[in-house]
Amino acid sequence: MDNRNTALVVEELHKYFGSEEVLKGISLEASEGDVIAMVGASGSGKSTFLRCINLLEIPTSGKIFVRGELIRMKQDRYGVTVPEDLKQVERIRTRLGMVFQQFNLWSHMTVLENVIEAPVHVLKMDKIEAIERAEELLHKVGIHDRINYHPAHLSGGQQQRVAIARALAMEPDMLLFDEPTSALDPELVGEVLRVIRQLAEEGRTMIVVTHEMDFARDVSSRVVFLHEGSIEEDGPPGEVFNNPSSERFRQFVSKYVEQ
Amino acid sequence: MDYNVIIDNLPLYLNGLWVTIQLVVIALVSGFGLAVPLALMAVSKTSLLRFPAKTYIYFFRGTPLLVQMFLLYYGMGQFEAVRESVLWILFKEAYWCAITAFALNTAGYTAEILRGAIEQTPFGETEAAQACGMSKSTMYRRIILPGSFRRALPAYGNEVIFMLHGSALAGVITIVDLFGAAKIVNARYFVPFESFITAGFFYLCCTFCIVWFFKWVEKHWYAHLRPRIS
Repeated sequence: MDNRNTALVVEELHKYFGSEEVLKGISLEASEGDVIAMVGASGSGKSTFLRCINLLEIPTSGKIFVRGELIRMKQDRYGVTVPEDLKQVERIRTRLGMVFQQFNLWSHMTVLENVIEAPVHVLKMDKIEAIERAEELLHKVGIHDRINYHPAHLSGGQQQRVAIARALAMEPDMLLFDEPTSALDPELVGEVLRVIRQLAEEGRTMIVVTHEMDFARDVSSRVVFLHEGSIEEDGPPGEVFNNPSSERFRQFVSKYVEQ
Repeated sequence: MDYNVIIDNLPLYLNGLWVTIQLVVIALVSGFGLAVPLALMAVSKTSLLRFPAKTYIYFFRGTPLLVQMFLLYYGMGQFEAVRESVLWILFKEAYWCAITAFALNTAGYTAEILRGAIEQTPFGETEAAQACGMSKSTMYRRIILPGSFRRALPAYGNEVIFMLHGSALAGVITIVDLFGAAKIVNARYFVPFESFITAGFFYLCCTFCIVWFFKWVEKHWYAHLRPRIS
């Protein structure tokens, strides 16, 4: 292996929704600078897995280490797994930037206010400094001219780029993208993918749940294919796309190539 | 029709108007202050918090304001314990009885309006707040409540108008508010139409101001919903 630091370790993650097991023991290791594309059919559990990493979904069992720090879990009095220390979870979440399929911008705030909100009110950053940084980031995602707009006055692609700037404003160790382009009109997908690609080239650690096979092939350093809650394929894109070991992945990819 | 009587008694009406404004403003401000924690309790997952709030809301929405006011003004004096407690400073005066009843009543309605607005918070917005490590209290303060106040505004505007009109009940327990003033003028000169239409006119003016005020607030708060003029 190389000598990069480990950014994330997930061990034997299980998640049940009622009696249905949606994650069947997933283990994953990510080093700093990894760009992991998680692909798989709808319902394969890839979004659930991503949401378990920052505990938006509470895993039923399994261990998650973020930069070597274990997220401590316990059983409550009904036997349900819950975080042991909410403060720890909140602290770790500030290190993991998340971008959602539906953007989830705060509708009553302007673009700028959305971006400075968490730095100022969670990290207690100085407001002037936060605004300066936000302006830089908004420039970077190409939305600087819409700084005083409200989310409702932006296109989907613009909203998603603001959401990316909002995640970056926390200076996270790792970015989690939950199908960032799935809610966008086809002609808007490109502008968002360009920003994500740029972030990948900067060497940021990211996990991207996506249906964009071209993006997975060209940008990611690793492709992880999930099928019915288990990892079926895991490797560098060149390897897995050209010479997949799993028949299911072969079928999955061929469906996309036909399109 | 004899409006000379009205003109002669204008100072009485204006005094009444001033009392009405006091009653309504004090009741609304303290009622709102009470409504926010009540609404937060009502959406709580802990039944120990939720149950008292729901009961409160149910009681104050479930009984007429007049009954609530009579309970305070006439009912409280019946109890020795109340007469000897500090509460008596409040309840021995019709003015404070009316304000207390109005405040408690509007708190119930406002809490219910806010509860609905809080529960309508788009799930994605709270999720985004959680994902960036916000604590629950910060999330309520910065994301959920500001959004909810905006959603609650039209319904709350209605509640303010209801409170204004409900405040006429104060005239029933000896307070000389707008309605009390009209009653006095009618009793002295027996000109019922002129006395009450004048009170009605002043209420109408107040309502107009309230409507205008809420329009103004909406204009500032609803920038995010207006189509953008570019």
